Amino acid sequence: MMLHRASRGSWRVGRRQRNAGWVDLATSYPYLSLVRTSTFRLAAIYVLIFALSVGAVLFYVYWSTANLLENQTDNAIGSEVKAIAEVYRQNGLPGVLEQIMLRTSEENHGVYLFTNPLGRRLAGNLPGLPVEATGEHGWIEFDYANQEGRSLAHHKAKAYYTELEGGFRLVVGRDVEERRRFDSIIKNSSIGGLTLALVLGLAGGLLMSRNFLKRIERLTATSRTIMAGDFSQRMPLTGTGDELDRLSAALNDMLDRIDRLMAGMREVSSNVAHDLKTPLTRIKVRAEDALRTGDERDYRMALERTIDESDKLLATFNALLSIAKAESGEAREGIAPIDAAELAADIAELYDPTIEEAGGRLTVKAPERTMISADRQLLAQALTNLLDNAIKYGLGPDGRPDVALSVSARHGEARIEVADHGPGIPVGDRERVKQRFTRLDESRTLPGSGLGLSLAESVAHLHGGRLELDDNHPGLVARLVLPAME
Amino acid sequence: MRILVVEDDRESASWLIKGLTEAGHVADHARDGAEGVALARERVHDVVVMDRMLPQLDGLAAIRMMRAEGINTPVLILSALSDVDEKVKGLRSGGDDYLAKPYAFTELLARVETLARRRAAEPQPTRLRTGDLEIDLLARTAQRAGKPILLQPREFKLLEYLMRNAGNVVTRTMLLENVWDYHFDPQTNVIDVHISRLRSKIDKGFGEPLLHTVRGAGYTIRAS
Repeated sequence: MMLHRASRGSWRVGRRQRNAGWVDLATSYPYLSLVRTSTFRLAAIYVLIFALSVGAVLFYVYWSTANLLENQTDNAIGSEVKAIAEVYRQNGLPGVLEQIMLRTSEENHGVYLFTNPLGRRLAGNLPGLPVEATGEHGWIEFDYANQEGRSLAHHKAKAYYTELEGGFRLVVGRDVEERRRFDSIIKNSSIGGLTLALVLGLAGGLLMSRNFLKRIERLTATSRTIMAGDFSQRMPLTGTGDELDRLSAALNDMLDRIDRLMAGMREVSSNVAHDLKTPLTRIKVRAEDALRTGDERDYRMALERTIDESDKLLATFNALLSIAKAESGEAREGIAPIDAAELAADIAELYDPTIEEAGGRLTVKAPERTMISADRQLLAQALTNLLDNAIKYGLGPDGRPDVALSVSARHGEARIEVADHGPGIPVGDRERVKQRFTRLDESRTLPGSGLGLSLAESVAHLHGGRLELDDNHPGLVARLVLPAME
Repeated sequence: MRILVVEDDRESASWLIKGLTEAGHVADHARDGAEGVALARERVHDVVVMDRMLPQLDGLAAIRMMRAEGINTPVLILSALSDVDEKVKGLRSGGDDYLAKPYAFTELLARVETLARRRAAEPQPTRLRTGDLEIDLLARTAQRAGKPILLQPREFKLLEYLMRNAGNVVTRTMLLENVWDYHFDPQTNVIDVHISRLRSKIDKGFGEPLLHTVRGAGYTIRAS
């Protein structure tokens, strides 16, 4: 009913149904879906163009050859007619009869006839005047019976017919049966060859598409499996290194990267959960404890501690947000040319009194202007994190911080180093400490979030650089290596 | 002081108003940007505390509207967005200071009082005086009870900021932002040592101490 209504909606329904039919056909007849592949379409188009051009070339060769042969025949006939007419004028009837007899005996596929004005044959190898020969003169084509050995065969001939003085009629021609056969052979073999090429080409196209289609289907099936949740699956590789293989390899690289990112996220989330749960539990336990005792002094202490813990939680959150900001790249708009040496001196000025007060010393070595393009706030934050670490964890055997801050440029890279003389970090832990919330056992008793080095590293990455941790013999060298400006 | 609080969250608003009243101020409350602009038009306030995200009219839009109408009351923007970029955006819209949520009330109070004071202090003086301590902003010199005090450039900047806000509490974060231009808090309390050095220069050997620590909040410079 719907289909008969002339509304736009029902037309759509009708079309959708047609489309649905297409899909059904394609799925129930696998070759239909094969025909719809792009490889097959390409192969078909290619075969068609190929066949058309070969056909055109063949036709041209045939056409020019046939023309040439025809012209040759026409010329030969023309000159013979002229010659015989000349003989007739000079020598009269006997000369012509002699001429024709002479020419008939030659094996040149010639066709001759000479008749009296009544049309009776006087000489030549044709039995009688062809019906086509009417009027005074002209070209004619006709069938005639030719003596081939013992049997007669119908042959085609082309001839010039003319009436000579006195009403005598002359027909001079050539047997063109061979040319006719040549024509049909050329035609038949062209058609046969082209048909064969088309069939083979299309079959080849189908085969190629089937192979291609199978590989594509394997890719599709693998992506479906991955989407369904099996992230360990990878795209199949054939090892041929063709474009499909390259595509699969690129997809696999992408999957690996996503996998790593997801693993990182999972770890971060579980770490965040753990690191937030601990202080929150402490707050809860203390509050409950204070409520139970009901002493005003306990209330006060619990509240003060709650504030302390919340401050630490906020600091952790802020650090996480700074890392997220540096990693997302949205901080790029804050990037401007700055002098790393000046920034180092500035930060050193901020930290110097604190370190001096602790009985230690901070030496600064930033002799030259070292221009880098950086976000001043984020870079300063990264640097203060390194200094905070040096003050907290890098105390020498005498319990005092001895920190060296230096800026230098080498091979187009600016190196901002914070070196201490503390216990350092064992080689095996140097990568691990850069991960979020990693705190080595030795430092667990000290306050901190375990995010300082992570932030420093994300800031380095944001600026196209890296964070290196090295041995200071003894102690730790934390080095921000950033691309220097020209 | 009369303070206009534009804050849509009922609990934060009542907590803010309670704190401001306890500190001896009078607070008006608006629940959205449009109401805030209307109240600012109606009465004269010393400071506006404006939440960044508001229903109807967004905080920044409300500030722009006030400024367009010639209301030049200093505005402190409160926001859960703590990026430096966000701060810049807020200040460009005509805000005078920016405080990220969550914040300590002492921090907010210190900033509100500083803003009110900054407004009152216009036009710019060339000399500042607190008790018998005096600094010359042009010559960059300081002296107390007639005795010159030698200060490093940064120490002078620190003292200048404290004296511009004399009588008000300034927090460590405010000092980092205004004296060092760092918009983040280092884990180590580096400011305390700078203050104690400054204190030894301006207070040591003189009778009455001027630079005071306000527990849990920050510092203030004042003469009794």
